[in-house]
Amino acid sequence: MKKSLRSLLLATALVSISYSAAFAEMIYNRGNSADPETLDPHKTSTVYEAHILRDLFSGLVMQDAKADVIPGAAESWKISDDGTVYTFNLRKGATWSNGDPVTADDFVYSFRRLEDPATAAEYASMMYVIKNGQEVNEGKMKPEELAVKAVDANTFEVTLKSPTPYFLEMLTHQANYPVHKASLEKLGAEWIKPGNLVSNGAYTLAEFVPNDHIKLVKNPKFYEADQVKVDTVNYFPTEDRSTAIKRFEAGELDSNDDMPLEQLADLKTKFGDQVHIGPYLGTYYYAVKTDKEPWSNPKLRRAISMAIDRDFIAEKVWGNSMIPGYSMVPPGIAGYEPAIADYAEKSQIDREDEAKKILAELGYGPDKPLKMEIRYNTSENHKNTAVAIQEQLKPLGVEVTMVNTDTKTHYGFLEQKGDYDVARAAWIADYKDPETFLGITRKASGNNYSNYNSPKYEELMDKAAAAGGNPAERSKLLSEAEKVLVDDLGNIPLLYYSYHNLVSPKLKGFEDNVMDVHPTRFISKE
Amino acid sequence: MLRYVFRRLLTAIPTLFVIVTISFFLIRVAPGGPFNQERGLNPVIKANLERQFGLDQPLWMQYLHYLNNLLHGNFGPSYNLPDFTVAELFKVGLPVSIQVGASALILALIIGTILGVIAALRQNKGADYAVIATATAGSTVPTFVIAPIYQLIFATTLALVPVATWGGGALVNKIGPIVTLALPQIAIVARLMRGSMIEALRSHHIRTARALGLSDWSIIVKHALRGALLPIVSYSGPAAAALLTGSIIVETIFQIPGVGRYFVEAALNRDYTLVMGTVVVIALFTILFNLIVDILYAAVDPRVRYD
Repeated sequence: MKKSLRSLLLATALVSISYSAAFAEMIYNRGNSADPETLDPHKTSTVYEAHILRDLFSGLVMQDAKADVIPGAAESWKISDDGTVYTFNLRKGATWSNGDPVTADDFVYSFRRLEDPATAAEYASMMYVIKNGQEVNEGKMKPEELAVKAVDANTFEVTLKSPTPYFLEMLTHQANYPVHKASLEKLGAEWIKPGNLVSNGAYTLAEFVPNDHIKLVKNPKFYEADQVKVDTVNYFPTEDRSTAIKRFEAGELDSNDDMPLEQLADLKTKFGDQVHIGPYLGTYYYAVKTDKEPWSNPKLRRAISMAIDRDFIAEKVWGNSMIPGYSMVPPGIAGYEPAIADYAEKSQIDREDEAKKILAELGYGPDKPLKMEIRYNTSENHKNTAVAIQEQLKPLGVEVTMVNTDTKTHYGFLEQKGDYDVARAAWIADYKDPETFLGITRKASGNNYSNYNSPKYEELMDKAAAAGGNPAERSKLLSEAEKVLVDDLGNIPLLYYSYHNLVSPKLKGFEDNVMDVHPTRFISKE
Repeated sequence: MLRYVFRRLLTAIPTLFVIVTISFFLIRVAPGGPFNQERGLNPVIKANLERQFGLDQPLWMQYLHYLNNLLHGNFGPSYNLPDFTVAELFKVGLPVSIQVGASALILALIIGTILGVIAALRQNKGADYAVIATATAGSTVPTFVIAPIYQLIFATTLALVPVATWGGGALVNKIGPIVTLALPQIAIVARLMRGSMIEALRSHHIRTARALGLSDWSIIVKHALRGALLPIVSYSGPAAAALLTGSIIVETIFQIPGVGRYFVEAALNRDYTLVMGTVVVIALFTILFNLIVDILYAAVDPRVRYD
């Protein structure tokens, strides 16, 4: 009896093993360096959210595995000759995860919600390019006056203020994804909870335990569900990078979007080509108060910028996980040539000599040292960067002091235009266009921490905007504008970011790209 | 006794009120706000956000509003995690922190007491030195060292347990956080216990008991231990309040969804409502455990009476 029971159990076990092997669920355990603040596309702002929202929702257009624009909820579109009217033809038969059809009305509702001041969307400003967008968001017009309309159930039309060649690129941003009107109206704030959330992307939300995990399961109603291979994707917030490495090593994670960069050399030895590093569209820069003495003098800013040895910082401080940068727009945007500072090619010794000369001309020297205060937000590497710069400027007789505050204090101070000399800041591209980097140093931008105000720059940026219909001309004008900015040192660009992923060889379709975008639906696991 | 408990609970109300008031205004003094970040917001959008959360109103009105909500058991929404209310975040996180913290505390009390008694009985002998050495090491090696070493040995090398995560509360996932939290506590309890036990063994009533010819076991367990436990009881009150409300280090390294992280993160993020929520929870736990300690005192020490 005992023996037969044992063999029965063994047989059951064997059957279940072979069964599970034949129908093995493909599970992708994905490390994401932080939890999302929200899964509401219209309230989103972070890169960590973007990964998840890209899996959950499908905007009018989406990005493929290489971050190039591909059709999303819209299968095709037409742009009017003057470049201001976009007509999107939605996929016929596409549905939400609950079976409701995805209609033009959903998009009308979603864009209005994005601009409605009551939503308080952080990315509302992105869609100010839509006619009346800004007025609606400022409360001067009603959301119904936004220039979006449903021509019929499957045709959605947007009218822009002026031709915006990067409009389609912008639409790939998660803030422009649609939400399911019926469930928002029925459930109120509860619509976002697992079990309630209705989405139209490749996956649906199954579980969300804050600080623990987010489980997404394949959406059988997705328009290309037959091409989606991963059945379940578990997003784990991996704030502790050392733990993430150990989890990756133990096979608990198939990929992670960050790693302890100070150990980069060791990690490369240990994990070989599982370490993916490459240029990412982000710039690490120092904002200089251009409207304050003595920093209002571009010559002085130039001397400081020249004397900073970026190669040393990239290598010694950042372990080559950052790339020395001499322009505001990082390389990697097709059709655009960044304006690189003229001294980039000079040797560091020549640059230092020239910097010394400039400082001497301006009357600085051992008797009258230049005093410079660097403010940065808490981070070991921001500190080390500032310390390296302090050391590099010392031989030039510049006395650098440092002020370290936590992130909220730092940016609160910059926003209120506090009294500072130089402050650390960074910009990561929202979409693949130079405008995202150059727009922040415009006079009226909330991110213009340098208080940079150059009529020539403004004029060129305006001209570029007006040349929207002519991409080559626009690109040239933007490059000219950037040249003005870089020559003027409206900011001191220091480094370009790089993406740094740990990717298991089991994952296929995880393609490196400058946007560090990796939709799960193009990935599979062996 | 019941009247005493009731009176103590009543005095907790003004205490809580004072704590809430001070914290409310203190966190507002900190520079920056919940919506300051690397990517600056344009003023219109920032104003929209502040209006949504009532931060555009005068501070005193926000305070009255908060108090009113609190009286109705409403802790408000989290500014930085708008998908959740503060209460929802605690509903998920508190059971995790309590499970881990309580297990660590119980483990520490049992092992620490036993080690302390052994050390006291073998004073200045091998066993005593071994306990003292371990206790000193245990209380000086920080958790952020113990936890990665545990992960390296038991998870990465031996593959006996997962490196991290809560895993729905599976035992193998819990061992790491519990042990890491318990080790320093074991050390503290053992040292406390050793000291008070040595003192108890030297006291007059133990000498009398020995003279009366009572067995060693009866002297140690019935008479000496009872008195010697008093410092442990008073220590375990604040220790319980601290352990049960989580530890940011253990939670971050083991990636478990407790509430310990909120104490630090909420303050750094200027998530005002979440800061207030954590303050209220910690205050409640502290008040509650101090009361429990006082009641236990009466049970352990016959000289203490609350009538």
